[in-house]
Amino acid sequence: MNSRTRSRRHTVIGLVLTALMLFPVYWMLNVSLTPQQDMRKSPPDLLPLHPTFEGYRAVLHDQLPYLGTSLLIGLGTVVLTLLLAAPAGFALAELRPRGGGLLGLVLLVAQMIPGIVTAMGFYGIFLDLGLLNSWWGLIIADSTIAVPFGVMIFTAFMSGIPGELIAAARIDGAGTLRTFLSVVLPVSRNAVVTVSLFGFLWAWSDFVFANTLDGGGEWRPITLGIYHYIGNNNQEWNAIMATAVIASLPAVALLVLAQRYVAAGVTAGAVKD
Amino acid sequence: MTTARVDYRSPRSPAAFAATGTDDRTDASVFRRRQRRRSRLTALAFLAPLVLYLAAFYVYPLYRNLDLSLRDYTVRSFVSGDAPFSGLDNFRTVLHDLTFGPAMRHTMIFTFVSIVFQYVAGLALAGFFNRHFRLAGTLRALFLIPWLLPLIVSASTWSWMLNSESGVINYALHLVGVSPVDWLDSPGWALTSVIIANIWIGIPFNLVILHSGLQNIPGELYEAAALDGASAWQQFRRITFPLLRPVSAITLLLGLVYTLKVFDLIWIMTKGGPGDASSTLATWSYQLGFGTLLPKFGPGAAVGNILILIALVFGLLYIRVQKRQEP
Repeated sequence: MNSRTRSRRHTVIGLVLTALMLFPVYWMLNVSLTPQQDMRKSPPDLLPLHPTFEGYRAVLHDQLPYLGTSLLIGLGTVVLTLLLAAPAGFALAELRPRGGGLLGLVLLVAQMIPGIVTAMGFYGIFLDLGLLNSWWGLIIADSTIAVPFGVMIFTAFMSGIPGELIAAARIDGAGTLRTFLSVVLPVSRNAVVTVSLFGFLWAWSDFVFANTLDGGGEWRPITLGIYHYIGNNNQEWNAIMATAVIASLPAVALLVLAQRYVAAGVTAGAVKD
Repeated sequence: MTTARVDYRSPRSPAAFAATGTDDRTDASVFRRRQRRRSRLTALAFLAPLVLYLAAFYVYPLYRNLDLSLRDYTVRSFVSGDAPFSGLDNFRTVLHDLTFGPAMRHTMIFTFVSIVFQYVAGLALAGFFNRHFRLAGTLRALFLIPWLLPLIVSASTWSWMLNSESGVINYALHLVGVSPVDWLDSPGWALTSVIIANIWIGIPFNLVILHSGLQNIPGELYEAAALDGASAWQQFRRITFPLLRPVSAITLLLGLVYTLKVFDLIWIMTKGGPGDASSTLATWSYQLGFGTLLPKFGPGAAVGNILILIALVFGLLYIRVQKRQEP
């Protein structure tokens, strides 16, 4: 057997494994296109031979405000995360403050705290401050998922910036703020993209904070839209799955547009190569 | 191979280039000292927002949670804020609750079974994708999808797939002659169902990390082993597994910490039920605090704090292992 046929055999096995792994995703798509009367048919249709868009029409009708809220909360979380994490990462990487090591440890531990516990604490605080059911309260809560991660990514990335680059800016008379804004930040584009992508995705996907802190307001995100769909009209699975498909679009877009950043983000916390 | 925690200390110090170009020693040292103090202040200014943020949105909520678990809260005193201090009463209540045993046991089963299967599948796939064949990169990227999907999407999709009357899983079982399983609604299968969905979600994370670990093992080792006539299994046992041990330890420990706190998936699929059949510490804590008409904030917070303690034990273990691996 030559290496060419072996490679081809591997490709075939790879395709089969990927198909198996992604079957639930396919099934979601298939169910989203299945007419209501065929939903409980046995055997189920393995292909959407008689596709219907009634599910997607229901999404357009019911879920648009939720999608808008999620977009707003996602973008807000990204902005807040970048504003906090980028300067802090710069300080930890370049300015070597006293207690920097301890802060790094705190950030690592912060990522391990279960979301439901913070959510419970937030509930009491938000109740006092009247922040329950507000979109910007949710931005604050969602940012707690991304900020520690963001600081670690920025610190790691900015530690790798050549010292001569920063020294040159100093010699040209740039202060620290100036150096940060016009030298360090522009060359850290990859880190900015990685942190933004994950910040957006995590805020977009958040269910714990939304369900705890934003259960009854006007500004509810799409995760709650799906959750209430499941609770209310238990039967219309094509509408539920159509909403799920649309809620998955950011994740898919992210993978298509920024594959290398995604892999970088997954490994960042654990392994550096 | 370097497996490193993010290194917070850069090898360069701002003071290092502050002194260049000055011959006068005293001038230089005064200048350097001033420079150092200034850079310390600047660092503080850059870090202050983060530190304030962590204090307000990590430390304070956690403090509130601790306070909740040490007081006897009712719905009214939760709003007015004058609940009497009750010491460890909430913890005592929780430890003697009939749900504690099952919730603890389910948490352990859920966590260990999930990470074992995720790790084994992730390692096998990482080894497979480490070979060079067409589309390897693309297919490996597609494997990430389950990890990136919002949990509500995965959870509701699996719920419908596992539906006992119309689910595609039972249909597949029917094709091979197995009678239908009452996945989500029977006490015997509910925990298994959420574990299956969780393994599916966690495989990509293990695959990516283990794959990057495999890539750091020099190919010459395998070539030499192949020349010596080592079989594929021998190569795996003698080369891959020992050299991958540090990365494996990190992957398993991180997986442990992340799996302990899984909440969304179980809550959406079964709400911890039927009864307590799939309730873990995470879902039980939420159930107590938010899942009923008469919230028990104190006991709920107590369970949450127990969960934090467990997560911290493994979290600190993770940090220790990672530190020791630094060169």
